[in-house]
Amino acid sequence: MAVPILRQGDVLIGSIQAALTDAEMLSFQTELSERVGAHRSRGVVVDVTGLDVIDSFSARTLQGIAQTVKLRGAHTVIVGIQPEVAFAMVQLGLLLDGVSTALDLDEGMARLKGLIGTS
Amino acid sequence: MSLVSSDAQFAIATEADMVIARQKGREIAQSLGFPISDQALIATAISELTRNMLKYAGRGHLSLAVEQQPSRKAIVVTAVDNGPGIADPVLAMQDGFSSGDGLGLGLPGTRRIMDDFELETKLGEGTRITAKKWIR
Repeated sequence: MAVPILRQGDVLIGSIQAALTDAEMLSFQTELSERVGAHRSRGVVVDVTGLDVIDSFSARTLQGIAQTVKLRGAHTVIVGIQPEVAFAMVQLGLLLDGVSTALDLDEGMARLKGLIGTS
Repeated sequence: MSLVSSDAQFAIATEADMVIARQKGREIAQSLGFPISDQALIATAISELTRNMLKYAGRGHLSLAVEQQPSRKAIVVTAVDNGPGIADPVLAMQDGFSSGDGLGLGLPGTRRIMDDFELETKLGEGTRITAKKWIR
């Protein structure tokens, strides 16, 4: 299942709505990086509400997305990590160092506005 | 005395099989009455174990069972493959060690989030990992 990527002004919103395989996660990363260039986006929100599990691979990919987007000149905020998923991530030591997070889409958009001064 | 009933067995050969196995694991954990935080830990452990299996052995089997003791019960996750085996199991269980491209958290992380963890491996023959989580 491909992850829909919506564009709102100079922000891209990638919304993961169901469990993803590793391959789907990687193609989402590639797609997002290309779209940042195509739309000259300055911010990206990745909504992971639909992810049932964030294990070492998905955590590494989310970190990879944030780093790739940063190298493309934009900011990333990860939103929607479910409480039990967050708990499991801490137990596993997956702390998403250096990645901005926010509670939900609204908070994430607000955070991006602060970072890029978008309208 | 403990009684083990096998609830489900999955052939793991693709990434889609991983997703199905971890969803089934969460379902069983939920039906046993595990709190939602433990359900997520169990699903995460299944994800790590099946990924290791795919990455190093190409394929394998995952079984989910319930172990019933007089005063407690556990979900038992067993991952079996006929892959190359692990050359240095002690090293493989250390945080940050990876012979592949992972974070090196798969096995030690799984041990940390489950209550019991047992690794049997033989070079050239395969690996069997049994991990249990007891319900409190």
